[in-house]
Amino acid sequence: MARILSALAVGLIFGAGIALSGMADPAKVLNFFDLAGTWDPSLAFVMGGALAITAIGYRFVLARPAPLFDAAFHLPTGRRIALPLIAGSAAFGVGWGITGFCPGGAIPALGLGRGEAFLFVGAMLAGIALSRTVRQALASRAAARTA
Amino acid sequence: MTQFTPLLSLAGGALIGLSAVLLMALHGRIAGMTGILSGLVPPFSTDWTWRAAFVAGAIAAPAAIVGLGGAVPFDSPAPASWLVLGGLVVGVGVYFGSGCTSGHGVCGLARLSPRSAVATAVFMASTAATVFVVRHMLGGL
Repeated sequence: MARILSALAVGLIFGAGIALSGMADPAKVLNFFDLAGTWDPSLAFVMGGALAITAIGYRFVLARPAPLFDAAFHLPTGRRIALPLIAGSAAFGVGWGITGFCPGGAIPALGLGRGEAFLFVGAMLAGIALSRTVRQALASRAAARTA
Repeated sequence: MTQFTPLLSLAGGALIGLSAVLLMALHGRIAGMTGILSGLVPPFSTDWTWRAAFVAGAIAAPAAIVGLGGAVPFDSPAPASWLVLGGLVVGVGVYFGSGCTSGHGVCGLARLSPRSAVATAVFMASTAATVFVVRHMLGGL
């Protein structure tokens, strides 16, 4: 129970940060990227603040043997900088630039009860589900070939 | 136009950072929305409960701010069809790109991950290019 409640509390802090910072507002996000137009540099402060706290905090946290509610830290193990990482990130940018929504901004935006956020998040989840199906199909085909 | 909000944005960013540090300290997890959501798309991962709790908190916070009389600005200029298309493209992109702004841009950069540095540089450039094309070449959607 403590595990679930602590995740809920951390989620609340995340959502409050997104809401206060302006990341839940697609118009503000789009203006950050519109250097040639109605530029709003606010989001550089969001990234700067988040990065500074995380970089310092991780130093202390990751020096410990394990997290409080788990046996070990779950850190990404991938080291390869390959086509999926680059093409995927490029595609993410196209969608972000069209809509002004990124996943971390759109999920808290659901709490504002606006239809646009629900439409975006529904499509995004469908995109994730579709991608996973495609990746698993490709993996099982590759496995069948080598077998 | 949107108002330049350096202090509020810095404070909000600090809260995002605090949540990332706490999620690592308590659960040993990267506070990346893509990774967290991936376990909540059917078939659910076995550890879906903490993920669902985090997402519920993230959704509840802006609602609580509004409920307490605060203002959370929101303006979504893209038409509905473009929201659906853009949402699909974001979903596919962050899945194959292994992360988004929170995972690569905050947690990954804070760990000095070369993969996250490349991913962040690519999606920031791609977003800026897309906004330029949409606003200054197509004249809006």
